[in-house]
Amino acid sequence: MNSCTERLKNGIITENPTFVMMLGMCPTLAVTSSAINGLGMGLTTTAVLILSNAFISLLRKVIPDKVRIPAFIVIVASFVTIIQLLLQAYLPALNSALGVYIPLIVVNCIILGRAEAYASKNPVLPSIFDGIGMGLGFTVGLTLIGIFREILGSGAIFGQQFIPDDYHITFFVLAPGAFLVLSFLTALQNKLKMPSATNVDTGNSDMSCGGNCAKCTGASCVANKGIIEAERVAQKAAKAQAAKEAAAKAKAAKEAKAKAEAGKKED
Amino acid sequence: MNLFVIMISSMLVSNVVLSQFLGICPFLGVSKKVETAAGMGAAVTFVITIASAITYPIYYFILEPLGIAYLETIAFILIIAALVQFVEMVLKKFMPPLYEALGVYLPLITTNCAVLGVALNNITNGCTFIESVVTGLFTALGFLVAIVILASIRERIEYNNIPESFKGTPIVLVTASLMAIAFCGFAGLV
Repeated sequence: MNSCTERLKNGIITENPTFVMMLGMCPTLAVTSSAINGLGMGLTTTAVLILSNAFISLLRKVIPDKVRIPAFIVIVASFVTIIQLLLQAYLPALNSALGVYIPLIVVNCIILGRAEAYASKNPVLPSIFDGIGMGLGFTVGLTLIGIFREILGSGAIFGQQFIPDDYHITFFVLAPGAFLVLSFLTALQNKLKMPSATNVDTGNSDMSCGGNCAKCTGASCVANKGIIEAERVAQKAAKAQAAKEAAAKAKAAKEAKAKAEAGKKED
Repeated sequence: MNLFVIMISSMLVSNVVLSQFLGICPFLGVSKKVETAAGMGAAVTFVITIASAITYPIYYFILEPLGIAYLETIAFILIIAALVQFVEMVLKKFMPPLYEALGVYLPLITTNCAVLGVALNNITNGCTFIESVVTGLFTALGFLVAIVILASIRERIEYNNIPESFKGTPIVLVTASLMAIAFCGFAGLV
């Protein structure tokens, strides 16, 4: 059970998908114009994440390694369709507020990322808790950004208005405000040196994606990851080799110097 | 709907990145240099246009007659994934120069939410075949315009004196925000 609580903490705090990993930026920017939309999107994604993690973990020994990414995509897409139909039936208001972003959960890199990184390698129970933790982390992130944008932009929290109409900065609920809020969030993380995908040294790869997995989505990233890691290991090895040579050189120089000095003394 | 109105609205007024927030990942990730940004934009244009042309008959001639229209998300994502592979193979065989130019970006596009988003929006809005293709083409051109502009600005501000904490992603997001304000100016156009 200990590993389960560890998964929860990992998802909500250590590897928070919104604030630390910077994954799933499209829904983060698009649906956070109000706190309730952020919460709805977060919970919908959580539901898909738990179901897909559980299912993929159950099937992890059945799915052949070569076709795992298409298999994951089909599983995720099926659950997204189920959730979408449920929302249409029972929460039509939320469904129309989130619109096209609900089917787009399929291409949300958090879900495919967790399937590839965790659920396909671990037993069912920890995978479910991993889904809950990551999902709640995403929900918390979206809701917090939503709360800030709603307070600034329409003077309300969860639709409860408390700032008069004259003092709203409508800019913050519009599209440009989303980019600005996110830019200040990342700047704040840089300033406080908090762990985040934006201030980690990502290395310079020659690949088209720049070798930055945090900014990339899904399948191609997963395939490239091995290559990038190999590249990084090679770079590290080269560095270590260079350091070793430098050290050897320094040592040789020192010895030469010592010898020269010894020679002087003898003279 | 007037085709000209569709062109203007899908390219400028409701720009795919700056007002619909689709395809943010390549928009921020592949916009360091104008050349690569233009390559990515061209590849996206290619795929989105073909994808909107193909998803239309699949939906109206296969999914709808069989009464399984609710499977559109699964069907479309598989079609797009297969399409990207197919386009890659065709380009490699018949148009090597174009493949050289676009090749590296193609695999990245499968999971670009703009492609799936445009295909699904076409169905939701009940577009005809011509309208779907035009919407796809001009939405993608909107992406091309936005990513090339962002890349040009990033090249210009590279050696500027940016506050320490705004270096990297934050200044790119501020740039995107200012671009989004500029694109808001098109709002009254249609």
